[in-house]
Amino acid sequence: MLKVTISDLNLYYEEFHALKNISLDIEDKEVTALIGPSGCGKSTFLRTINRMNDLIDDVKIEGLVMLEDQDIYNKDVDVAALRRRVGMVFQKPNPFLKSIYENVAYGPRRYGIKAKNQLDEIVERSLKKAAIWEEVEDRLNKPALSLSGGQQQRLCIARALAMEPEVLLMDEPTASLDPIATGRIEELISQLKKDYAIIIVTHSMQQAARISDKTAFFLMGEIVETGKTKEVFTTPKDKRTEDYITGRFG
Amino acid sequence: MGDTEKAIYSKTTISHRKDLKRSNRLGEFLIEKTIFLIGTTAIIILGLIFYYLVSTGLNVFATVSVSEFFASIGWFPVSSNPKYGTVPLVVGSLMVTMGAILISVPIGIGSAIYISEVAPQKVRTVLKVIIEFLSAVPSVVLGFLGIVVLSNWVRITFSIPTGFTAFTGAILVSLMALPTIISISDDAIAAVPKDYRDASLALGATKWETIRYVLVPAASPGIIAAVMLGVGRAIGETMAVLMVTGNAAQIPDTMFTSVRTMTATIAAEMGDTVRNDTHYFALFAIGSMLLFMTTVINTIADYVVTRGKKGGR
Ligand SMILES: Nc1ncnc2c1ncn2[C@@H]1O[C@H](COP(=O)(O)OP(=O)(O)OP(=O)(O)O)[C@@H](O)[C@H]1O
Ligand SMILES: [Mg+2]
Repeated sequence: MLKVTISDLNLYYEEFHALKNISLDIEDKEVTALIGPSGCGKSTFLRTINRMNDLIDDVKIEGLVMLEDQDIYNKDVDVAALRRRVGMVFQKPNPFLKSIYENVAYGPRRYGIKAKNQLDEIVERSLKKAAIWEEVEDRLNKPALSLSGGQQQRLCIARALAMEPEVLLMDEPTASLDPIATGRIEELISQLKKDYAIIIVTHSMQQAARISDKTAFFLMGEIVETGKTKEVFTTPKDKRTEDYITGRFG
Repeated sequence: MGDTEKAIYSKTTISHRKDLKRSNRLGEFLIEKTIFLIGTTAIIILGLIFYYLVSTGLNVFATVSVSEFFASIGWFPVSSNPKYGTVPLVVGSLMVTMGAILISVPIGIGSAIYISEVAPQKVRTVLKVIIEFLSAVPSVVLGFLGIVVLSNWVRITFSIPTGFTAFTGAILVSLMALPTIISISDDAIAAVPKDYRDASLALGATKWETIRYVLVPAASPGIIAAVMLGVGRAIGETMAVLMVTGNAAQIPDTMFTSVRTMTATIAAEMGDTVRNDTHYFALFAIGSMLLFMTTVINTIADYVVTRGKKGGR
């Protein structure tokens, strides 16, 4: 099933043409990896899917982004409601200056859930899904910043999962983590893919190859090649893709 | 290694001392001592001021009983049967200060939020200039405006016999505290990392929820510091208050009666005292009390701010 459809997307930061005629289909219950050299527009693209680019002054966006059958850039779209359905995990772990519990409960609270037992349940479920429950179970009221970097990142994943999104956008979620924490998060992504459509930006070719079903290769604001990860990595159609994947590039 | 790189490496070499022994550098020593001397001088001067104030003030208790000074309600230092009860002055100060806090804190924080989070770039720049300007207005000028404009407005609006009231003083003092509160709170909110904002919005929180539940809590140490600094200015403020509060040393029953603050009392009466008489000593004692009160407030503020910085909630 198609979850997100992007067609002929163009994005300008003032005069700078950052995304050029991007078209991409995102399947539900699959991991789509976005790869490409630094500055090619991967993060920018990711942020168009939950409209985080709206926050930047002087951004112009053209084209169509559909979440199932809805145009998310339609005038009467409630951006908050969209962002609840399309969760995001940032490159740098960014927990709030609140307790572990309050970090996870933040989204549900804003959504209007007040009952303590409901919140407890959501917090526990989300932390379990993010594979961090055992580590924090007995210190839920401790500041989130007392966790290690890898734990903080999993907490941020739990925080995003607490809203039960349908799509999960992950911008280099393992960039600041060690191999062990990275391994745990990759494992986690493979688990989460059963329920979500996941789009992940990564600079690690091995990571893309390990965890993704589809891969899109970005270069200077364009998608050069997209297809099944296996095919993109073994038999790339474009010379530039091959150069990038084999490290002769960027 | 390429040829150019080689060239760079051979040109700029850093020779390391092999023994790693500490060398006693004279320059470093002198700088360290000078800074120490300057620092201690400042502390000593402050200590001397404090000592002079308190020791002079304590003389008042040679003729006035402790209970009269702190607990009686008549302040008539120049009558034939002089009375030195400071309660009305303390109450006057507290009313003006509290009133000023109640007015300036919500407005100040609200404006700071508006400036840093809501206002478009151009409006923001204009507002910042206006606030800078407001903070540069001398308090005598504000006091003058208070007499000719504000007191009339208060008298007519609330249909009371005089416009020179605690309320008038509170408005004026809040005008003086506002620039400090706004600009420091604004800096504190603007300094909250963008990451927090993004995280909150990405979870489907609205802009207002993000401000209320993420930005303001994260900026709260700075906001508290701003309020304390603003209030500190308010308490110490003398001239404007002296000009508009009516200067009646009485215990006020509402915000709309005339009062006299501690600072205003010192400023107004010091010129009429004879050196080393009871009245003179009494004013020094009031000065000591003020110093004590502001020290307590600053200590609390310090504590709150440092605890807020460490805190994780
Ligand atoms: N807020 C902005 N204003 C102006 N230009 C921007 C802004 N954000 C990004 N850009 C530009 O858009 C281009 C794409 O940036 P983007 O962050 O999407 O790259 P990226 O592929 O995610 O890179 P990286 O791998 O380094 O994270 C870059 O040239 C960048 O300079
Ligand atoms: Mg990026």
